[in-house]
Amino acid sequence: MPHIALPEGLPGISAGFAFRPETAKPMRELAHILLHEPSTLSLGERELIATYVSSRNCTQFCVASHGAAAANHLGSSVTVEAVKSDFQTAPISAKLKALLRIAAKVQQDGKHVNVDDIQAACDEGATDLEIHDTVLIAAAFCMYNRYVDGLGTWQPTDPAMYAQMGKHLAEQGYRTSSIRQQSSIESNAPASSMVPSL
Amino acid sequence: MPYIALPPDLPGIRGAMAFRPETARPLNALVEVLLTGPSTLSRGERELIATYVSSRNCTHYCHSIHGAIAAAHLGGNEAVVKQVKTDFTQAEISPKLKALLVIAGKVQQDGKLVTSADVEAARREGATDLEIHDTVLIAAAFCMYNRYVDGLGTDQPDDDALYRERGRRVARDGYVTVSEEYLASHAGAAHG
Repeated sequence: MPHIALPEGLPGISAGFAFRPETAKPMRELAHILLHEPSTLSLGERELIATYVSSRNCTQFCVASHGAAAANHLGSSVTVEAVKSDFQTAPISAKLKALLRIAAKVQQDGKHVNVDDIQAACDEGATDLEIHDTVLIAAAFCMYNRYVDGLGTWQPTDPAMYAQMGKHLAEQGYRTSSIRQQSSIESNAPASSMVPSL
Repeated sequence: MPYIALPPDLPGIRGAMAFRPETARPLNALVEVLLTGPSTLSRGERELIATYVSSRNCTHYCHSIHGAIAAAHLGGNEAVVKQVKTDFTQAEISPKLKALLVIAGKVQQDGKLVTSADVEAARREGATDLEIHDTVLIAAAFCMYNRYVDGLGTDQPDDDALYRERGRRVARDGYVTVSEEYLASHAGAAHG
């Protein structure tokens, strides 16, 4: 049960976004640039960073939706599950492992990052921009996760809903809602009928 | 000394933002809506929430600059800013703001720590759903800004006069306007 009167039937962050479109806009834009715009880190790698940080913050909605987006980019959920349980042994590049070590520290406290962490990432070929984006993705998910949890949003457990969301996020990015609405606009459906369709 | 090649003359988040103007724009747009946009919480109150969260995250640049902006909005009252940082329960602020700071303090640790009793307590002091929403999001957003500033090892000067001067400017002109100067002068540092 959400702490405030969020639109009914919308899961996770989509309820916060619908409640306050003014803040939703820059929050969507930030995620879109970090996770979907061109980068020397692949789309899958960036979604893995987002999934990993959300997993460390134990925010189920964000773990499941970004995990589904990552799985979409990577073709399966095997790597996603491996990163969540122990990224050190996951089938990912040495560079991504070094970046995940930085992300893990940022998730706790940015001050935990040290020059050795940065040097290790550079030694594996990470650029300054990749390090910057890793720090900002990790920091941003400390915001998104707290927003989703702090409002007490509805966080469904239905894997099919997340699979649909993950497909949308992987293909369209973050500027539009990934929640499919059951009723068309013509029916003037109240917010309560906007349950995610499967 | 920053961990990556940020512009050398810009402290704190400004160096990071100048390095990557693409992400700077939504970062500035978000803080502008939350802290300066129309709201039933005063600008001073919202800056105090940002200052308190940054202080709990021990991010010197952020709690200094937002503390200075808060003081500028509060008629130069630096004492109340200091009191909010050390123990807000004793500060000369409204019971409503105290109840909202309890929520912000929990979000700073983990959003899941917020209880319905915390929210009820804020409502009893007159807080609206929108004020509670914005409190949660300000606290969450500063958990991002603080980590961004710390995680890149940005320069965080220890100079009250610098923060005081800049705080007055941001209080007067807002975040987006002030950011345009350094974004324009360092455009595309990340790609240069």
